Amino acid sequence: MLATGSIAPEFSLPVTPDQFLSLSELKGKRVILAFYPADWSPVCGDQMALYNEMLKFFKQHNAELLGISVDGKWCHTAFSQDRKLHFPLLADFEPKGAVAKLYDVFDEASGESKRALYVIDEEGVIAWSYLSPKGVNPGADGILDALEQLNTK
Amino acid sequence: MALRKPVDADDHIEGNIHAAIELVEYGDYQCPHCQKAYYIVKRWQREFGDNLKLVFRNFPLENIHPLAKPAAIATEAAARQGKFWEMHDHLFENHDDFSRGKLVQFAEELGLNVTDFSKDLEDPELSAKVDADFYGGMRSGVNATPTFFVNGEKFEGSWDTGELRDFLQNLI
Repeated sequence: MLATGSIAPEFSLPVTPDQFLSLSELKGKRVILAFYPADWSPVCGDQMALYNEMLKFFKQHNAELLGISVDGKWCHTAFSQDRKLHFPLLADFEPKGAVAKLYDVFDEASGESKRALYVIDEEGVIAWSYLSPKGVNPGADGILDALEQLNTK
Repeated sequence: MALRKPVDADDHIEGNIHAAIELVEYGDYQCPHCQKAYYIVKRWQREFGDNLKLVFRNFPLENIHPLAKPAAIATEAAARQGKFWEMHDHLFENHDDFSRGKLVQFAEELGLNVTDFSKDLEDPELSAKVDADFYGGMRSGVNATPTFFVNGEKFEGSWDTGELRDFLQNLI
C-alpha cells in the first residue's frame, strides 16, 4: 500500500461508456477509493451495496466514493443499474489493473484488484489506507474513523 | 469488533435479561439470509432457554430492499403497543409483501390498535430510531446482514453451519 502522507497518484478511468473521471477533478473534496475484486458478488454481503447505503454519511464528511475494479465499463454499467448504485464505478480495464498497480493493490495471481481502501484528503494527500484480508468485506467503520479524524485537523 | 452501543433500554430484548449469552442480531426483514436466520435463532432460543437473551437491531439495506425500512418502522410502531416481537416474527414468517396495506393488515392480525399503528408508521421519531440502529451497526463493523454480536463482540464465523451455535453452547 502507498504510505499515508504521500500524494495520491493521478489517474483517469472510464466512469461511463463515454466519459472519463480523473482524480484531480475531485480536488477540494475528500475521496474514498474502494478497490474491489469484481462486480457481481453475492447480494446482501456485497461491499458496494453496503457502501451505497452509507453514501449520505460519507457526504456529510465532504467525501466522494469511487469504486474501482478491473471489470469493463459495460459490466460496471449493468452491475450499477442492477444494484441501483448511486456512486461511480471506475473501469480499471485497459491496460488491465494499471491503477490498482499504481496504488499497490493488484493481485497478480487472480488478475484482479485486492480489496483495499484509501481515504484521500482535500489536497490529494493519502490520509488513511486499509488492505482487507481476502474474502472479507471491510465495512465502513474504518473509513468513517478516518473521515472524523480529518475533521479534527 | 465490539458493539459500540451496548444493549440498553432502547433495545428490544427477548428472553432472560440476566442470561449468560447476549446475542445481538443486526438484520433486515427483506434479506433472504435474515429470513433463514430467523428460524435458526428460534431454534437456539428453544435450545438455550433462559441462558439466551436475544436483541434485534435494524439494518435495512434500503436500495436493494426498498420495503425493509417501512417493515422496520412497523416493528417499532408495534413496539409502542408492546408487540415488537410479535410483529418481528410475523414479518419474517410472511415476507412476500411489506406494502403499507399489508403492514396494516399484519397489525390487525396481531390485534393492534390500527389507528395508532397507522399514525406511528408516519412518525419521524420511529424512522430516526431505525436510522440510529443502522448508524450504530455501521460503526460497530456490521458489513452484511445478518451480523451477530455475542456478549458485545462481533461473531466473525458462520452462523448457518453450526459454528455460532457451538460457540454459544460453550458460553454456558
